Amino acid sequence: MPYLFAAFCAVWLVLFLYILSLSRRHRELAREVEALRKMVGRGNP
Amino acid sequence: MKQVASFADRVLPWLTCGLMIIALAFVFLYVPNERIQGPAQRIFYFHLPAAWNTFLGFFIVAGASAAFLWQGDRFSDLLAQAAAEVGMVFCTLVIITGSIWARPIWGVWWTWDPRLTMVVILWMIYAAYILLRVLAGDNELIARYAAVLGIVGVLDIPLLYIAVKLWRGIHPKVERMAPEMIWTLLVCSAAFLCLFVWLIWLRLRSLTLRDEVSALRRQVVAVS
Repeated sequence: MPYLFAAFCAVWLVLFLYILSLSRRHRELAREVEALRKMVGRGNP
Repeated sequence: MKQVASFADRVLPWLTCGLMIIALAFVFLYVPNERIQGPAQRIFYFHLPAAWNTFLGFFIVAGASAAFLWQGDRFSDLLAQAAAEVGMVFCTLVIITGSIWARPIWGVWWTWDPRLTMVVILWMIYAAYILLRVLAGDNELIARYAAVLGIVGVLDIPLLYIAVKLWRGIHPKVERMAPEMIWTLLVCSAAFLCLFVWLIWLRLRSLTLRDEVSALRRQVVAVS
């Protein structure tokens, strides 16, 4: 039984970390898009 | 396209979570213990769907890479990148769960069985693909080299299947299963497939946003 729990914990941990990294990368990109759009907007009054 | 995006954002996470809860209930409450291997055999219900998702991911990489080389289509290139990364996550899960299963059944965490060795080679091929893509940035030529690697790498998958027959490995083959086991495997496969589609969707969205960042940077440079 401990091996079964270890395997399932490992699966959830890997998936959780991956989804976390995806969401972090997405948030950073969204922030950058927002900042760049503002810069482009300021350049084209 | 916006309708698809809104459907994927609203439905996929909940569908995946729901199916995963049902899959866990099947694995822990419904399916009986296997006679010889005991509870450790239940690892198989996540191990096998993860392996199928790995193959699906890398076949998508090969198909999308071929489309990219043929037509130079940007979406195919993004799809290949997304599928490679998600395929790698599932390939890592296959190796980890397989290793944890091997400890109580074979008495070792790892052995250089032909099928296990082929999985590690597959993992390394697509790790190289991802590394190449990360280092290449917007370089079109390196993207094309990576696409060729993505196509060639998929040839490892049929080899992985015939490895057991060719070199007489010790990796178990699924021959006959009780109906409860088949149902559990089907539910887990559905849950994993849904997770796969959701992860590909999330990664594709990020990659599209990255393209937008590149386009906006060029615009900023042009404006200034």
